[in-house]
Amino acid sequence: MSALLARELALTLRAGGGAMQGLVFFLIVILLVPFGVGPEPGALSRVAPGTIWIAALLSCLVTLDRLFQTDFEDGSLDALALSPLPLEAVTAVKALAHWLTTGLPLTAIAPLLALTLQLPAAAYPWLVAALAVGTPALSFLGAVGAALTLGLRRGGLLTGVLTLPLYIPTLIFGARAVVAAADGQNPVPALALTAALSLAVLATAPFAAARILRIQIR
Amino acid sequence: MSLWRYANPVEFMRLSGRAMPALWALTAACLGAGLVWGFFFTPDDYRQGATVKIIYLHVPAALMAINAWIMMLVASLIWAVRRHHVSALAARAAAPVGATFTLVALVTGALWGQPMWGTWWAWDPRLTSFLILFVFYLGYMALWEAVEDPEKAADLTAALALVGSVFALLSRYAVLFWNQGLHQGASLSLDAEENVADVFYLPLLLSMAGFVLLFVTLVLLRTRTEIRLRRLRALELRAGRLAEEVA
Repeated sequence: MSALLARELALTLRAGGGAMQGLVFFLIVILLVPFGVGPEPGALSRVAPGTIWIAALLSCLVTLDRLFQTDFEDGSLDALALSPLPLEAVTAVKALAHWLTTGLPLTAIAPLLALTLQLPAAAYPWLVAALAVGTPALSFLGAVGAALTLGLRRGGLLTGVLTLPLYIPTLIFGARAVVAAADGQNPVPALALTAALSLAVLATAPFAAARILRIQIR
Repeated sequence: MSLWRYANPVEFMRLSGRAMPALWALTAACLGAGLVWGFFFTPDDYRQGATVKIIYLHVPAALMAINAWIMMLVASLIWAVRRHHVSALAARAAAPVGATFTLVALVTGALWGQPMWGTWWAWDPRLTSFLILFVFYLGYMALWEAVEDPEKAADLTAALALVGSVFALLSRYAVLFWNQGLHQGASLSLDAEENVADVFYLPLLLSMAGFVLLFVTLVLLRTRTEIRLRRLRALELRAGRLAEEVA
């Protein structure tokens, strides 16, 4: 499993892997918001938590194609399916690698971008906590969505149509935690719900995604 | 003699073909009687005026929007477990009908909301979860369209129906956490002490029965169409192979 994880990370991080693209996309979405909303600090700080969360959702979504697509095209996925490692574990490792190269760096630079959106100071630790806890769910749910649209022509748009609705609960709880902290309310209940949802997704999504992959490579 | 006999497409076509005219007649009778009674022979509400009459469309449509998804889920599970093609096709046939009911519920709600709440739309939990349900219907139909191999499409959409059900339900409760609502509680429920007043109750029940029948009839009709399309495809493939052999 660690060998597979190392392989996934190497494929993403080396030249042509596009590890930075998700992060750059995240930056650009955030950059667009002040143009749409206007530069007034009051307006920006109100939309900051939601903006950062939606940008995180989108950058997870646009990087989903590297989860299975290339392995499906060159046959590595068939090899992985025949390996002694269960396909559920393969899916989990791949989703983990996706999170390590998308969700984790995104969580790390989020405070910096929140600064430009005038997020109230009290909310920073909660923003980082909510993203750290919530983004794994995005990668693991993304594995289900990516598996469903594997090998389809014009599959990219459909991945979004199928995956983004699955992100709604995570978005609600995760953004709520940050908003509550920014408004001086107690952010713990929302954060706890984010964590609960994330854990449930981590436990179940690999099974769903692996089942779908077996249909795809049958 | 068991129910599964009708999972055979030939048996299914025979039975549903015989049932269709009666189903159409019953649907028209219930729906017509319920709506005419409701629209013209019930009094206006003392506060809501004539707008109350939208209840005869709104409530049954909302009811069937959810039940259509449940029927789709059950049909998908039957396909996943027992591999009856009719079941997969019935799930496929139910999706556009369910999506239309969802849209009808949303639109009639908006038409009622404008005079009553003073707004066409509010981000109320019930409204929002119906919009989410609508999006799930659209995604489900899009996946059926996108996958070319029919058996694979049936398997993938069955998986989506299952995952989607979990997340539609989860979203339903997540939006309660997110926003307080304008929408009133259920108009009808078996354990409630107080329901809609009796004058509205009977035509509403009739109209609900009409919507259930309309759903059953439309799904049967669409399933029959899907079966015929499958047969047509099989014939075309066979004709193509014959032509190849001759040439």
